[in-house]
Amino acid sequence: MTSALTIADYRLMYLIRSFERRVAAMRDTNDIVGSVHLCNGQEAVAVGVTSVMQEADTLTATYRGHGWAIARGATAAELFAELLGRGDGVNGGRAGSAMLSVARLGFLGENSIVGGGVPIAVGAALAHRHRRTGGASVVVFGDGAMNQGSVHEALNFAAAFQLPVLFVCENNRYSELTPIADMVRDPRLHKRAVGYGIPGLEVDGNDPAAVRDVTRAALRTARAEGGPRFIEAHTQRIVGHYIGDAQLYREPGELDADKAAEPLVVGRDALLASGTTEPEIVSVEVEVAAAIDDAATWALSRPLSDDASVREHLYA
Amino acid sequence: MPEARRLSYIESVNAAIGQCLATDPSAIVFGEDVAKPGGVFGATKGLATQFPGRVFDTPISEAAILGSAVGAAMLGLKPIVEIMWVDFSLVALDQIVNQAANVRYVFNGTLTAPITIRTQQGALPGSCAQHSQSLEAIFAHIPGLRVCLPSTPQDAYDLLVAAAAAADPVVVIEHRKLYFGPKDDVTLSDVPQPLGGARVRRHGSSCTAVTWGAITNDVIAAAELLVVDGFEIEVIDARWLAPFDWDMVGASVARTGRCLVVHEANVTGGFGAEVAAGVSERCFHSLDAPVRRLGAPDLRMPAAPTLQAAVVPTVARIVEQLRQSCQE
Repeated sequence: MTSALTIADYRLMYLIRSFERRVAAMRDTNDIVGSVHLCNGQEAVAVGVTSVMQEADTLTATYRGHGWAIARGATAAELFAELLGRGDGVNGGRAGSAMLSVARLGFLGENSIVGGGVPIAVGAALAHRHRRTGGASVVVFGDGAMNQGSVHEALNFAAAFQLPVLFVCENNRYSELTPIADMVRDPRLHKRAVGYGIPGLEVDGNDPAAVRDVTRAALRTARAEGGPRFIEAHTQRIVGHYIGDAQLYREPGELDADKAAEPLVVGRDALLASGTTEPEIVSVEVEVAAAIDDAATWALSRPLSDDASVREHLYA
Repeated sequence: MPEARRLSYIESVNAAIGQCLATDPSAIVFGEDVAKPGGVFGATKGLATQFPGRVFDTPISEAAILGSAVGAAMLGLKPIVEIMWVDFSLVALDQIVNQAANVRYVFNGTLTAPITIRTQQGALPGSCAQHSQSLEAIFAHIPGLRVCLPSTPQDAYDLLVAAAAAADPVVVIEHRKLYFGPKDDVTLSDVPQPLGGARVRRHGSSCTAVTWGAITNDVIAAAELLVVDGFEIEVIDARWLAPFDWDMVGASVARTGRCLVVHEANVTGGFGAEVAAGVSERCFHSLDAPVRRLGAPDLRMPAAPTLQAAVVPTVARIVEQLRQSCQE
């Protein structure tokens, strides 16, 4: 079954982009401090994958995970508050941009150790099986993580026990600041999964509908105890690895090409071509912009995390 | 009345794991060679048959073992995992330090990772440098972790049951020198004890010896040898390094005015340094002598028994150090 890009997909991608644009502005003014890793250009992967996740499914992501949190249902307000170091942040301001989680949504967290969350996701799959939740464990990581031992241990572990895991590799072509192609002999990363006995699939990561279709089938298999699946989603980030990255590693013209291929541009054109009108799209964009304004205003109005709470929650 | 049986240390470990599996349906046990083979030292012998599907062997993948324990715990399971030798934890320290220890705190209590990591450590004649280290200080340094080192069959049972019932990650460090030692009467209570709490293993007034793990037996033996010299050593088995029983240790040193910390780990940066500093801060005005530490010298661990015997603190060296502390 093939699905089509919907205005809802576009809205969600636009919401993620708008959230992160505001985050970048807040970083510029130092309302947000510290490292911030934006997913501009990669939104289609999160939107496509999460569109077919079910309530029982869990998600584990990377430090480039704002988009995944939003796509899974986190509110812009609770995320802004988290990044702004406010007590009303989704983790009370303790996690920040790069390590946040949303327990109520089964979002088990970003991870600031490259590849660190992948074995954790395999453990979530163990729990899905043992507790018969009917859910699957989705884990997203980047191309750079494919050179981390923990990821390979996790792939083999999941394969050996046929655990309900969906491995999603967002290949944005850069392992932090270094081209993945320079760091591997064979850049077809999904082929590696096959070596572990896991079907390795690839998809256009700029097309939420294509991502949705390949994910739907993979998740159905995983949930039915048919074993793990691996999806390599080809995408690009159209910003630096972190805010402030001078991106000296980019080839001339590369970013222009990426900006023409990125999912909001392509998706907007595709919607127009398939009959959605410009005013319909603009009205969604206006609605999202207002929602982001409201969320940001609320978060900025909240008190900073109370230092009297700093010793709480180290132990039970 | 809880059942009491005569068990060796390793049998007590086995009984504790069995108890946890029997009483908590969310408990699962996994690690290298733990199911069909029953563990290289037999700690999990028979449990895979008794609890089918809940005790399983894994690949030799410490990051996957520890990481999957964290993920499973975040979703409500209570994993008890074995890291066959503490030295192997170093290849996957990320999952203990960066992951498990952070979950509750960084996620503001909204998620937790109550895992029990069983491992064993220490030097035995012939054990190579990568199978002989005493690494408790590394774990005790990490906020968010609990760390214990049982030294008796009863504690092998009690501390493990307490660890498995805990709501936080606990590292239980056994010592394989103790595994096949003499049997003892072990009470198999199904009520977990609270975390923490040291134990006075020998009462005395001349000097307080603070120790933990297998070397506790050597400290007790050394204390007995000093009786003829008129010294009565109080031997405190710390049992838990995190949380550490400062109350008991502080009260003892306040009484004896002297303190020696003894551990098998090498001295520099060992947990003995923490104890010495803590005792000095708490008991400064009661001290009649400097707080001293006795541990292995700062060396790698050689395999040859003659060399190893020159590294690991012996009863004779403990006697010598205790006498110095008493006489100074």
